[in-house]
Amino acid sequence: MNRNASAPSASVAAGAAARPSGWRLAVPLSLVLLLAVLAALPSFAPYFYIFVVTEILIMGLFAASFNLIFGYTGMLSFGHAAFFGMGAYTTAMLLLHVELPLVWALLASMATAALLALVIGFLSVRLSEVYFAMLTLAFGMMVYAVAHQWRSLTNGSDGITGFLLRDFGLGLDLQLADPAVYYRVVLAVVAIAAAVLYLITRSSFGLMLRAISENPERVAFCGIDVRRHRLAAFVIAGLFAGLAGALFAPFNRVASPDMLHWSQSAEPVLMTILGGAGYFLGPFFGAAMFVLLETWITSYTEHWMLFLGIALALLVMFFRRGVLGTLLDRMLRR
Amino acid sequence: MTEPILSVTGLGKAFGGVRAVDGVSLEVMPRETVALIGPNGAGKTTFYNMISGRMKPSSGRVRFQGRDITGLPPHAISRLGVSRSFQINNVFTELTARENVEVALTALHGRAFSLFRPASRDRRLLAEADAVLERLGLRPLADTRAGVLSYGDKRLLEIAIVLATRPKLVLLDEPTAGMTPEETRHVTRLIRGLAETGEYTFLITEHDMNVVFDLADRIVVMHRGRLLAQGTPEQIRSDRAVREAYLGEEESA
Ligand SMILES: Nc1ncnc2c1ncn2[C@@H]1O[C@H](COP(=O)(O)OP(=O)(O)OP(=O)(O)O)[C@@H](O)[C@H]1O
Ligand SMILES: [Mg+2]
Repeated sequence: MNRNASAPSASVAAGAAARPSGWRLAVPLSLVLLLAVLAALPSFAPYFYIFVVTEILIMGLFAASFNLIFGYTGMLSFGHAAFFGMGAYTTAMLLLHVELPLVWALLASMATAALLALVIGFLSVRLSEVYFAMLTLAFGMMVYAVAHQWRSLTNGSDGITGFLLRDFGLGLDLQLADPAVYYRVVLAVVAIAAAVLYLITRSSFGLMLRAISENPERVAFCGIDVRRHRLAAFVIAGLFAGLAGALFAPFNRVASPDMLHWSQSAEPVLMTILGGAGYFLGPFFGAAMFVLLETWITSYTEHWMLFLGIALALLVMFFRRGVLGTLLDRMLRR
Repeated sequence: MTEPILSVTGLGKAFGGVRAVDGVSLEVMPRETVALIGPNGAGKTTFYNMISGRMKPSSGRVRFQGRDITGLPPHAISRLGVSRSFQINNVFTELTARENVEVALTALHGRAFSLFRPASRDRRLLAEADAVLERLGLRPLADTRAGVLSYGDKRLLEIAIVLATRPKLVLLDEPTAGMTPEETRHVTRLIRGLAETGEYTFLITEHDMNVVFDLADRIVVMHRGRLLAQGTPEQIRSDRAVREAYLGEEESA
């Protein structure tokens, strides 16, 4: 039975054939332009904005990884911070204890986050909708509790600090301690990760996910093991969330339990809804709005959450498909 | 003697106190077209649900090509070669007609875990999808979102998805329900054409008696969860119990 209402389906992005042909070039061209501007940012923008955009990129990747299971597969996870935090702790610990080059720490973080996602996903993906959301929330809280209580390993609520960024690895001579350099590393890594994620959404596997989000039962009757696909999507999403967390720890100079808190799990949900789950770039757009709003509003008032709440309520009432989603829908007249 | 392709013994399903299907045994031979008829609530859809893995039987066994498939999950049964359509349109409304067919083809060709290859570049799969659509006359609508197709076209797409899995046994649950007379004739001709290829075995439920008598080699009548009668169309037409239970109602309605 069609249970289309619970999660916005990502499949509208599929209708390339229905678009006016001019758009086919417009999208890649504007993306190249955007990347060029972002790469050049440190040469004209003050450090403050470099920090802001670094955060947007990392949170955008976090939200985009979440949207693979939310928008594309139709599963609402409330525990996505577990993988973000896992990545952050893995990188922080490796940098602190093993002094690995950053690139190896990033890869290791993806591996540990994917492993955690495999365990949590194995136990959760069999459940549907509300029960899946509740179980992922519960597992997220458990991971938070472990990070908080296991002081000997995680240093409790203080988290892991004092690690240094040395070299990047791969023979690249990068001064990672310079925020402008670290920003460009983040930009490159996020761009590559986003490209891989995008490729996955356009693959046959991605088509299965979109079909599952709309009608898992019919997919099963086509001979496809729905649970295994849900699990695979969950693990891939966890892996990229882990990468986002791994980029975040050096940026923030700490890996702390806050990054695993359930409120951290809410952020990709909010960002995705803000930007729009129906388009691949929606979560990045939402992350930008979220971080910019947070930065600007908190400089005027302490009641950031109140304003965020108002903004979200308005969005859900008037922009059901998110801001980017609604804008693109208008432009493409779909 | 050839072996039956489908062999059902003592199949039963109870919902609370209601015995929707009550000890049904049935054999279907390869390449046969069997019509399963019966008044509303007779248990036909429930019978399909148990064969296709949507519901676990309360009792009895289902064998397909000699293999016990009772209680297997739907995807496993589908992969063995049993495919079904649904009484209520059950297509992917957000996908295009071609993508609907691709979902079934992807599983068939083991591409369901192909992560990095764009689905739109898989020429063999696309060509095969178009061929299936062509067969149903849906080729001009390949790029149309299934949600905006007409009711009859959705019904055809439903059959296209079923055929794309390359089934040996096809269960069609009221394929012409809600269709215009012309669409009904189109579907009837189509099913007859498919049956004549000798590649398929059909089990079809239908309320439209013209379709039933037109297509069926054999008719099986269900009533209140039990098999009431079975035989050739001529035998069923003249069966008194059947007329009372079913055809009579139909004529007086
Ligand atoms: N999931 C269910 N839960 C409870 N009762 C059910 C369920 N599915 C079917 N039934 C009941 O089982 C009986 C048989 O229903 P079924 O849908 O199999 O009949 P049918 O022969 O397909 O009828 P129709 O011609 O109307 O499609 C009916 O009394 C129905 O109410
Ligand atoms: Mg029925």
